[in-house]
Amino acid sequence: MTAARATRRQFLKTTAAAASVVAFPAPMLAQGARPNVVVIGGGFGGTACARALRKADPAIAITLITSNDRYFASPHSNAGIAGLTDLQQQLFSYDGVGADGIDVKIATATAIDPVKKTVRFNTGSEPLHYERMVMSPGIQLLKGFIPGYDDRAMSRMPAAYFNGGEASQLRGELEAMEDGGTVVISSPVNPARCPPAPYERASLIAHYLKAKKPKSKVIVLDAKESFTMQKLFEAAWAELYPGLIEWIGLSNGGALSEVDVSTKTLSTDFDKYKAAVASIIPPQKAGAAAELAGVADRTGWCPVDPLTFESRLQKGIHVIGDAAIAGAMPRSASAAQSQARTCAGAIAALLSGKTPAAPTLTSSCYSLIAPDYAISQKGIYRQADDQYVAAEGGPVLSPANAPRSTRKTDAEQAYAWFKTITGEVFG
Amino acid sequence: MAARTLINVPPKAKRGEIIQIKTLISHIMENGFRSDNIGKPIPRDIITAFTCAYNGEKIFEATLYPAISANPFITFHTVATESGMLAFQWTGDNGFSQEATAKITVE
Repeated sequence: MTAARATRRQFLKTTAAAASVVAFPAPMLAQGARPNVVVIGGGFGGTACARALRKADPAIAITLITSNDRYFASPHSNAGIAGLTDLQQQLFSYDGVGADGIDVKIATATAIDPVKKTVRFNTGSEPLHYERMVMSPGIQLLKGFIPGYDDRAMSRMPAAYFNGGEASQLRGELEAMEDGGTVVISSPVNPARCPPAPYERASLIAHYLKAKKPKSKVIVLDAKESFTMQKLFEAAWAELYPGLIEWIGLSNGGALSEVDVSTKTLSTDFDKYKAAVASIIPPQKAGAAAELAGVADRTGWCPVDPLTFESRLQKGIHVIGDAAIAGAMPRSASAAQSQARTCAGAIAALLSGKTPAAPTLTSSCYSLIAPDYAISQKGIYRQADDQYVAAEGGPVLSPANAPRSTRKTDAEQAYAWFKTITGEVFG
Repeated sequence: MAARTLINVPPKAKRGEIIQIKTLISHIMENGFRSDNIGKPIPRDIITAFTCAYNGEKIFEATLYPAISANPFITFHTVATESGMLAFQWTGDNGFSQEATAKITVE
């Protein structure tokens, strides 16, 4: 067939085929081998993405790299810290993930070459080649953001933001604390993982103190002037824990300026707070693997294409979860799961030469204030101007001045949500 | 309406010692360049001046402009010369004026 004789339809067919070869010059596809996707990070984002990819295309070989053989899930861990639940309930194995035909590898990446598309590991095992990589590296805490915040301070005044050992340490310290002690929680600037978490932690610790150590109190030192669902939290605190929780915002001198680990003293520019139990939740940035791959920018977070979650800095690497810059989406497990599904769909489409569909994402976030009292924020997010924005009207919050039955229903939904998401991701 | 102020002056200092003074005042610092949701301009409302007097003598002053964020945090150093009173004053748009004082003992 010559071009001169080709019909219009044939011409279109030929050029379309040629275009797809140019756009997706995947050598493995050309040779007919199984495309290989490596997922770094065994949290909600990475694990959900690996499993969604498996569902989307059984032909893709998937390796999930995770640093521990069991995952400590942070949602609801504040209830464990406050002694309402057993922290063991936060641990999940990868047995179900492995049973899906996903190769689960317990290792930490030590080098990622985005040009050669290889990743090396601390275990000394062979480097892996990937066709596409998904990275869900979570967060790391910014050591040294104020004088005195060193390794020792980080372990004696733990953030307990992804580490089960730190959560049970706080639990033990609260139990050992004398009645009358002060619990100090320091809350960071945004962006940060799970913005309501410090306030949920303050609430549930107050619940414990009210019952067991009523002369004690919780002080929240905040580097922000306001926080998410503030009116709902403050109304609940006034109702359930009057006088037990003191929130000190930025303009009241809430930003930490120095910590002294030996006396557990937290200083601001205007005051000093001596803590019996302290939890410093410091400012954060994308997890270490993001830096290895060069997908984090100067902000410390990872800019991505919202359609595919492919990094804007390194081709072939997709970043999801807390590490990604996803516009108005909060950094929550629920958002990570939603991003994971979108990203998996996009990768499956890209690997088979199709165009990914424009996504709609969701995030639900429950904060427990007491075992039978929760508030929530639920949002729908769409792509606009190359970034995610909340759908018309913004995220839906629990109503103010609602009866206790509403709060109880939200609490029941919170427990059900945790069961559902952990079942979907790790079950 | 009285604005909330925070002052940090060391209660005691040695004569000749360089001390750090920290101040914070709660104020919206509305810059005058913004509009509300129906497009009506929001009038400027900022603090325009800050001074500190040490036993009546002015030791520090600052002029503030619309680019300064809400809740201005001003910190500076001085030499502890004698025991007495540090007096702080913030003034601004719409007749805004707020004062605060702090004692210092110099040994």
